[in-house]
Amino acid sequence: MHFLLLFSRQGKLRLQKWFLPLPERERKKIVKDMTTMVLARKPRTCNFLHWRDLKIVYKRYASLYFCCGLENQDNELLALEILHRYVELLDKYFGNVCELDIIFNFEKAYFILDEFLMGGEIQETSKQSIAKSVEASDMLQETMEEYMSKPAF
Amino acid sequence: MPAPIRLRELIRTIRTARTQAEEREMIQKECAAIRSSFREEDNTYRCRNVAKLLYMHMLGYPAHFGQLECLKLIASQKFTDKRIGYLGAMLLLDERQDVHLLMTNCIKNDLNHSTQYVQGLALCTLGCMGSSEMCRDLAGEVEKLLKTSNSYLRKKAALCAVHVIRKVPELMEMFLPATKNLLSEKNHGVLHTSVVLLTEMCERSPDMLSHFRKLVPQLVRILKNLIMSGYSPEHDVSGISDPFLQVRILRLLRILGKGDDDSSEAMNDILAQVATNTETSKNVGNAILYETVLTIMDIKSESGLRVLAINILGRFLLNNDKNIRYVALTSLLKTVQTDHNAVQRHRSTIVDCLKDLDVSIKRRAMELSFALVNGNNIRGMMKELLYFLDSCDPDFKADCASGIFLAAEKYAPSKRWHIDTIMRVLTTAGSYVRDDSVPNLIQLITNSVEMHAYTVQRLYKALLDDISQQPLVQVASWCIGEYGDLLVSGQCEEEEPIQVTEDEVLDVLEGLLVSNLSTPVTRGYSLTAIMKLSTRFSSVNRIKKVVSIYGSSIDVELQQRAVEYNALFKKYDHMRPALLERMPIMEKTASNGPAEIVQTNGETESTILDTKHLPNITQPASQANDLLDLLGGNDVVPVIQTTVPTKPASAGGELLDLLGDLSLTGGPTPTPAPSVPMSQPPFLLDGLTSQPLFNDIAAGIPPMTAYNKNGLKIEFTFERSNPNPNIAVITIHATNSTEADMTDFVFQAAVPKTFQLQLLSPSSNVVPALNQGSVTQVIRVLNPQKVKHCEPRAHFASFCSSSLSICPETAQTLIRLVKLSKAE
Repeated sequence: MHFLLLFSRQGKLRLQKWFLPLPERERKKIVKDMTTMVLARKPRTCNFLHWRDLKIVYKRYASLYFCCGLENQDNELLALEILHRYVELLDKYFGNVCELDIIFNFEKAYFILDEFLMGGEIQETSKQSIAKSVEASDMLQETMEEYMSKPAF
Repeated sequence: MPAPIRLRELIRTIRTARTQAEEREMIQKECAAIRSSFREEDNTYRCRNVAKLLYMHMLGYPAHFGQLECLKLIASQKFTDKRIGYLGAMLLLDERQDVHLLMTNCIKNDLNHSTQYVQGLALCTLGCMGSSEMCRDLAGEVEKLLKTSNSYLRKKAALCAVHVIRKVPELMEMFLPATKNLLSEKNHGVLHTSVVLLTEMCERSPDMLSHFRKLVPQLVRILKNLIMSGYSPEHDVSGISDPFLQVRILRLLRILGKGDDDSSEAMNDILAQVATNTETSKNVGNAILYETVLTIMDIKSESGLRVLAINILGRFLLNNDKNIRYVALTSLLKTVQTDHNAVQRHRSTIVDCLKDLDVSIKRRAMELSFALVNGNNIRGMMKELLYFLDSCDPDFKADCASGIFLAAEKYAPSKRWHIDTIMRVLTTAGSYVRDDSVPNLIQLITNSVEMHAYTVQRLYKALLDDISQQPLVQVASWCIGEYGDLLVSGQCEEEEPIQVTEDEVLDVLEGLLVSNLSTPVTRGYSLTAIMKLSTRFSSVNRIKKVVSIYGSSIDVELQQRAVEYNALFKKYDHMRPALLERMPIMEKTASNGPAEIVQTNGETESTILDTKHLPNITQPASQANDLLDLLGGNDVVPVIQTTVPTKPASAGGELLDLLGDLSLTGGPTPTPAPSVPMSQPPFLLDGLTSQPLFNDIAAGIPPMTAYNKNGLKIEFTFERSNPNPNIAVITIHATNSTEADMTDFVFQAAVPKTFQLQLLSPSSNVVPALNQGSVTQVIRVLNPQKVKHCEPRAHFASFCSSSLSICPETAQTLIRLVKLSKAE
């Protein structure tokens, strides 16, 4: 996987994870291209696209589009499962996750993603295991305020 | 200094902004506050400020001034700081900045931290954005962690190692020992990342690949356990146990089994098992099947297994889920070359996919359909493809049209079918076809001699319906110009001939000229077509009128053509019939590519046809232009060089060169005379190529010595060419009585404008010494109209001496040339 993006129906970026070193300008361009292409897709079309030499897999969950760019030998159908697994993880953590959760707690969304994927590959296939690690890390955040979800920052 | 506002509050505030300008204002204010806070080196709130900065960065605002702050956060002891610091590093920093190198030490320390979550953060950051230098420095640490028993760290270390190898492939060896017992882990996370690591190593190094082949049995065992094991709540996805790991193992097996018989054999069973036992009701099962199919096709599997794989793909094609159909079409496209027959069985399903609503599926189906076309199914397939062309999106039409042309060319069952198909394409998708399809079609039509009447009739009818599709209009005008006589005479065999009068045809063509829909190129075609009809129709006056009107057209191309055609009517009317004759059958050039101009540099006599190709077909007008300017040395027009030598140097040759400076000193001094390209209309002489050049009919002209000086003697012998008595064939014999060979011997000739000249290639460039041999060369001179020169001598003398300096001897020779053409 080269990148994973989350954006809203209006094209606002909610999360961007890059697994390749790319200059800022290039990243902005890719984000723009992805949002334009994916938002232009009609409702009942398939979830796969071709863009440059990458396979783009996207899926809409409520008001958020999850979009990732794959290399040629990656399995697109499995990518759909990966996106779904990430949504499940978010859902478990936030309890019935919605877009607002991700907007206001974007750093947590990143932390969860970093326990699930690394360098574009899956690091853990067990949902419980990931949930436990994230929980434990949260515990480590020093202040009690943090743990009581009254953020220190 | 009041405490900086909290992150969530900032987010809330920014979201209340109603306009972009308002948002920008808020952000600028906050950035200023953050900047001053950074300057004050405030440790307590640094974390908060950087977090806010990251939010603003996501909205698209610059955040580079926070990069150093991220480093300070990473170096902090607080876990909160480190978490945000590493996140900021991953978002704001990349290898392009020098700053990131400063992280190396921090990461190194954190890799050895006592808390595994800190170590995890460090590994994650290194594994996501570590540069090559960082990787080199820290590879040792990663390798150490790869051997730890802590599975949390082990799995992260494995993926970090993958990144290190991608960045610095030479370090791959370093990780080899640590991989020894990776696969004996129970933890799925470690297993998964280990398989990824092994895959990466095998893909990069053939040595590693052979080394790891011994792992195949172990991998097969793991896969088997996954399939056979009962429900495992931890890894279950819709009833399948850990599909991510299964897919990854299948992928590694694919790499290990490729090209290797033993490994492939060892996997046969498990692949068959996975293929038959996997639940296909949900996407996840199909993902595994997809990977299995890819693996089966890549390794050396037995044929039964391959058929099983293709059948799975065939089933995919019937699935309701679009994604699965798409994936099936993509895979079939990959396998169609190798397993053609198996894929053919699913042809009807594939063709049905052409009617799918999804654009991506349609495109894949189209590509696959073209790959499946063969001689047996061409008629049926073409019907479907033409229907598809009718209804598909404009983006597809160009590709589809090209594909149809290609397929038609390769497998056309009959000429009529071929022409019909192309016509259908032109009428439905005319504006999307490629530019070279027009000349290709014209060539095809010309070569199907028996279909001329049919073709022109159909094209005429198509023109009556619709003149907006330019390629169709161009081909139609060309055909009407060429075969208009067939159209009017109602000679069609293939279908009911229509009754058309000459005036009706001219009406149509003139309509094209004036229509707004016609492009300039099309107008050129139709003007030329009208002109050609002047020799085929009887209503010449009408044509003359049209042509003269366009002599003052604003379009330069049209104007030029019209003016020249006018000239053809007036001064050169005698040449008109010959010029506007039917085109001969053309040599087929490579299909698909643009036709090349074949320069046959005078190899044989009958090379006249092997010459000007398609550029000429569309512009016979400019050809007429050349004829009217034989001596112009027109470099722009493709020229048949039937004379071999390009070097103008001549040794001792008397050059009948009206255009160049003549130095008549004789002797082997090279004369810098320009080589005169002889432009030659192919169709003038086309009736003659099959004729022998030399025939029994004596021309009745005695041979003569044209030149005899300084040891070089040139003799002319004359003959009349059989079919066309206006052509005189002159053979020159050059002999050399000096003691030295004359090298670089070039004979060139020029004739006055009313004549046409063709120089065939000489037998050699070297005139051997002492009369030991001779150089022969054939020249053909055409006097299209037996112009009686009443005062030939005077005419030529004055012509020669006034236009160029020429010696009387040369003039004398020319006079004789004129004489012979006059003679009967």
